[in-house]
Amino acid sequence: MTGQATHSTLSRTVLLSVRGLAKSFGGVQAVRGVDFEVGAGELLALIGPNGAGKSTCFNMINGQIRPDQGSIRLGNPDHSKELVGLTPRKVWRLGVGRTFQIAAVFGSMSVIENVQMALLSHARELHEFWRPARAQHRAQALELLDAVGLADQATLPVATLAYGQVKAVELAVALANQPRLLLMDEPTAGMAPAERVALMALTRRLVTERGTSVLFTEHSMDVVFAFADRVVVLARGEVIAQGSVTAVRQDPRVREAYFGSGRLT
Amino acid sequence: MTLASLLVQLLGGLAGASTLFLTSAGLSLIFGVTRVVNFAHGSLFMVGVYTAWTAGQWLRPILPGSAGGFWLAVLLSTVVVAALGALLEVLILRRIYRAPELFQLLATFAVALVLRDGCLWLWGPEDLLGPRVPGLTGAIPVLGMPFPRYDAALIAIGPLVLGLLHLVLTRTRFGILVRAATQDREMVSALGVAESRLFTSVFAIGAGLAGLAGALQLPREPANLGLDLPAISDAFVVVVVGGLGSLPGAFLAALLISLVKAACIALGTVELGGFSFAFPRLTLVAEFLVMAIVLVMRPYGLMGRAAAAPRSLATTLPAENAAGAPGRWPWGLLVVGLILLPWLAAGSPYTTVVLVDVFCFSLFAMSLFFIMGPGGMHSFGHAAYFGLGAYGAAIVLKASGWPMLWALLLGPLGGFAGALIFGWFSVRLSGVYLAMLTLAFSQIVWSIIYQWDDLTGGSNGLTGLWPAPWLSAQVPGATANAAYYLLTLICVAIAVLVLRRVLDAPFGLALRAGRDSPQRAESIGINVHAVQWAAFCVAGTAAGLAGVLYAFSKGSISPDLVHVGRSIDGLVMVLLGGVEALAGPLIGAAAFTLLQDTAGRSFDYWRAATGVVMLLIVLVFPQGLAGLFRMRRRPSTT
Repeated sequence: MTGQATHSTLSRTVLLSVRGLAKSFGGVQAVRGVDFEVGAGELLALIGPNGAGKSTCFNMINGQIRPDQGSIRLGNPDHSKELVGLTPRKVWRLGVGRTFQIAAVFGSMSVIENVQMALLSHARELHEFWRPARAQHRAQALELLDAVGLADQATLPVATLAYGQVKAVELAVALANQPRLLLMDEPTAGMAPAERVALMALTRRLVTERGTSVLFTEHSMDVVFAFADRVVVLARGEVIAQGSVTAVRQDPRVREAYFGSGRLT
Repeated sequence: MTLASLLVQLLGGLAGASTLFLTSAGLSLIFGVTRVVNFAHGSLFMVGVYTAWTAGQWLRPILPGSAGGFWLAVLLSTVVVAALGALLEVLILRRIYRAPELFQLLATFAVALVLRDGCLWLWGPEDLLGPRVPGLTGAIPVLGMPFPRYDAALIAIGPLVLGLLHLVLTRTRFGILVRAATQDREMVSALGVAESRLFTSVFAIGAGLAGLAGALQLPREPANLGLDLPAISDAFVVVVVGGLGSLPGAFLAALLISLVKAACIALGTVELGGFSFAFPRLTLVAEFLVMAIVLVMRPYGLMGRAAAAPRSLATTLPAENAAGAPGRWPWGLLVVGLILLPWLAAGSPYTTVVLVDVFCFSLFAMSLFFIMGPGGMHSFGHAAYFGLGAYGAAIVLKASGWPMLWALLLGPLGGFAGALIFGWFSVRLSGVYLAMLTLAFSQIVWSIIYQWDDLTGGSNGLTGLWPAPWLSAQVPGATANAAYYLLTLICVAIAVLVLRRVLDAPFGLALRAGRDSPQRAESIGINVHAVQWAAFCVAGTAAGLAGVLYAFSKGSISPDLVHVGRSIDGLVMVLLGGVEALAGPLIGAAAFTLLQDTAGRSFDYWRAATGVVMLLIVLVFPQGLAGLFRMRRRPSTT
């Protein structure tokens, strides 16, 4: 069930370690005994056909769903922290950011307010009742927006942006607390091919600069093969293969899981 | 208490459950399919009672002394009310299905006002006594105790209608469409079903059920103009307890509530360890207690499930930016003008009296807006905090004998304490369920105030709440209440400024974040429930202050302060002003108070007039009065 783990190629330190993760909904075992690791600074793609258990894994790491079994440890093995049992906001406070499959932003706010909100929360200033919010952490918010290419749109209502730009806002929000690990659930779903490449190139650049690791799920194989350092393949709730892009591409079990298409590309 | 009397009480409860179920079933059907919470449903019930009375009058000479006349009258009024429902759907509701939920509520509430005055116009203010039903007069003995024959018939009618509805819903094409639309109306419309015809017919059937319930109630209760509000609030409770859109749930809930009430009466006063407790007193709150317990344990009601989330964002969320609000200058000028007013209006002393009301309700509306607009929590029981503030101050003044200034300072803590307790439960729910739980809490507060004679003066209230002498002294050259007027103005202006400031602060931003996207908010470390709870407390304190100021301006208070009607007034003020702008609640409160004051004094049908104005606003200016002003200033924005 662990597949042919090529742990030897993973020379960097481990940031997230998932062990024996399992979850069932009613009688359906969505995830059964999943193990994988995310290395520091790594972009790891979690792929698999629909219903493979990708989103369930994601929601368990994020704290939205509590696993039936298993452990999720964040940090290097010497002093790591167990994430199982924590709420999403506690997981976030430990340095795990997240973007959603359907971009979730604060629709009534301007672009910059969205980022300021995350910065205010990071600085633990949510229960401040007096100083106007709009002046706080402005420079830092603009810096983040500049990094995702939205400096010119900072004061626009976020509801007026195109979907690709909303995704970029979400990325800026997710990076606001300088996360150690960024979870991206189908970051390019619903986007045009050119936008996909642009968003992923941007993500790659930003996380490399910051030393952030990324765990992402993705259906678009060109995105996976172009941007992932390593790939974990799930099918029916189990890891069937993991390793480098080339290794996974040639794995017959992976082809079988995606039956119908003999090749993955 | 004997076994027989308990049984008779419980059987009476079952009879009550039948009409309660019929009303609620209609409400539930309408909500399930159209997603409109029909506030006018209680009025349709009342129209049913009245039409049954009139039909009975017409039919009596034609079919004298026969039971057929009564049942024909019941049938007729069912049909008439169903037709009225269809008419309302086509004329009004059809235009607002895409509007935000709150506008639909406002519109149906306006319809309720119009229908109430319609009844006043057609049938007059006197109670109209219903006929005895031929063949069902008298009583049958139950274990030697008399039990009304008509009630026995009612017990049978509830399950009969439930069975009939069940057959229609499961066996007919129409029923399948209704059930499908209840689960997912967008999908049904995507499959090519003509939404409008389905909605009209469902509305007609729902209204017809209310009419039927009303007609059946006539022999037990005379037709009168006070029937609408209790009917709608009872039906809401039943639907929410049973689970929105679930008919068996509504039946179960109606039974549960009626039996709990009957049991309370049957138990009487119970002595327990030297402590006596009068259970009959609980009947006033029994249903709300049941609802609060059920909602805390099962947030979607006994048999309800979470509804399918709408796929498209039907309404983009408003952006209440500071840019949309008028600058500081106009507000500053307004306050200066208001400060000078007692001297300017010395000739018409009533002006400053009305304006004190306007100020109090402005703060009340602003505090409601605080949790409703940026917080997205639609409180239907905001009067509770207003009343707790007023009673808090009155009790401090009366019981402790401390000076009035202490009462003014401590009174708002009554509102705070209420919000602290009720808010903790309420923030765990959302949407209609939250609205109903807040309503339940305010009813509980009302009944405690109504019954605790020693402390609150019961139904008589408390009198002699006059401001300190220096606040009632005559100011030279000004109106009589100038000193108190200025105190109110200053308190309200400061409180409103503080509320606005808090909304602009990080806390206000976090509150909006929790409303816009709870999921995103939680995933950037915001404890949404904690933020909402704190907002509840801030709003409760502000509403409490409004209540204190109001109490001292009137000199006396009564349980009416906490009545559902006042909570609804608050909602209307906020919606009238528009939930999108910070100035909205102030404008709405001023407009509503002045409208009610002038229309109420000069015109018998002021409710209908208010209703028509509200309908116009909803149908023509859905952004409220503040939105109207903004449209004028920035005609290019859409």
